[in-house]
Amino acid sequence: MITILTHYWSELVQGLGYTLLSSLIALIFSTMIGTMFAIFEVLPNRLMRVIGRVYIEIFRNIPLLVIAMFFYVIIPLYVAKIDGFTAGTIGLTIYTSSFIAETVRAGIQSVDPGQMEGARANGMTYWQAMSKIVLPQAFKIVIPPLGNQFINLVKNSSVLAFVAGFDLMYQANSIASLSLDTINSYMVVGGFYLVITLPLSYYMRHLEKQLAK
Amino acid sequence: MIKKVTRLVRLLALFGIVTVFLTACGQRQSLSKQDVLQNDRASNTITWGVKADTKLFGLMDVKDNQVKGFDVDIAKAITKRILGENGRAKFVQVTSQTRIPLLKNGNIDAIIATMTITPEREKQVDFSKSYFDAGQSLLVKKGSPVKSVKDLDKAGTKVLGVTGANSVANIKKSAPKARVLELSDYAQAMTALKSGQGAALTTDNGILYGMATQNPGYEVVGGTFTKEPYGIAINKGQTPFKKSVNQALAEIEADGTYNRILKKWFGNVAGFDYKEAAR
Repeated sequence: MITILTHYWSELVQGLGYTLLSSLIALIFSTMIGTMFAIFEVLPNRLMRVIGRVYIEIFRNIPLLVIAMFFYVIIPLYVAKIDGFTAGTIGLTIYTSSFIAETVRAGIQSVDPGQMEGARANGMTYWQAMSKIVLPQAFKIVIPPLGNQFINLVKNSSVLAFVAGFDLMYQANSIASLSLDTINSYMVVGGFYLVITLPLSYYMRHLEKQLAK
Repeated sequence: MIKKVTRLVRLLALFGIVTVFLTACGQRQSLSKQDVLQNDRASNTITWGVKADTKLFGLMDVKDNQVKGFDVDIAKAITKRILGENGRAKFVQVTSQTRIPLLKNGNIDAIIATMTITPEREKQVDFSKSYFDAGQSLLVKKGSPVKSVKDLDKAGTKVLGVTGANSVANIKKSAPKARVLELSDYAQAMTALKSGQGAALTTDNGILYGMATQNPGYEVVGGTFTKEPYGIAINKGQTPFKKSVNQALAEIEADGTYNRILKKWFGNVAGFDYKEAAR
């Protein structure tokens, strides 16, 4: 295990970097896109609700690998040259955003409708009421399930390995085949994932406690 | 405070236990330590690890679910030599990445899967004599500016390969400036080449010729720039089995079976002179 660490340190650090970068980009954008579609789903406008529903149901129910391969193989053929890292990260963002949308929607709907009505009665517009009154309360409720989604996102970033995205899992496969020491290679990489996910998990818990006050 | 410390200690202890458990799994005596030749004689079956995604060497025929190719036929011929006419050859699909772990844990008795004999691998497994002499080459789209391995040695050039293949390590030496993208199998690497993710696909010429026959519009260029003798990999310590494999190989080479199989698979491949490879 130590030999794997010392021998392949630069590959491992590179993998950690790509995994972190991909996860961070996907985390930011999937939260934004997910929240957007969550709002679509609760809007009074029927067309918007249908758009939200269709997006979520499509991307929630297709395997992440299929989405990533679609962006890796089909998009470069017909649309734009994108490399494996970009393709994988886009796939990861879209896939995760559909789960986040469902989570946030549940949060919004669990806020008492009276909150919205009260805000509107006090002269706020729909968007003011949504962003200042409903969403803050909704996020407070969905922090624990959202933390789950974020941790899943980091682990799902291993999809990059299949589109040559240089992430931790890609390096694990490469190191395992170079060193021929499969067990230790994957155990070391498992440890590297923990380095990312454990602090994330503790931070989400901390946030939950803070907001509960 | 003390409560927190005890919790931390408990957590660490748990990690310790898990680590010890996993390490113990890795060290358990495996099936591969038993005498393979005896077991195979008793069951009248030899289990071979073969490729299922490599045209000409080992390719899954979806019509009858059988893996077919040069490697497969050689394995069948060797099986008959070792176990007699009624000996059964069982085939397990492997990839460049899974073949050594599968051999080591005893799932397969031998690997005959386009595997180059290299010094690093010889530390892990034993090899039979070489049964095919391949060399590394390049597959490109027809009309590509890439004519030889030298054209790849530029910053920003991407070369496609397969994880676990010896060719990936070689290209890093022959074209150090190129970036190597490792895909999980040849089918995926070919798809990536088609969608323009890399300038060339590199691996052994035999495999590349197979891909070129399946994909008109792609051609093998640049000749070979390495020597890749394929061997049959066997677990260390299986000397009787290795001896019988080598003997069987010598017999099928002597009686013409080898050349017949070679002609069957490589006789009609454009650009490949099978007579040169005949034994």
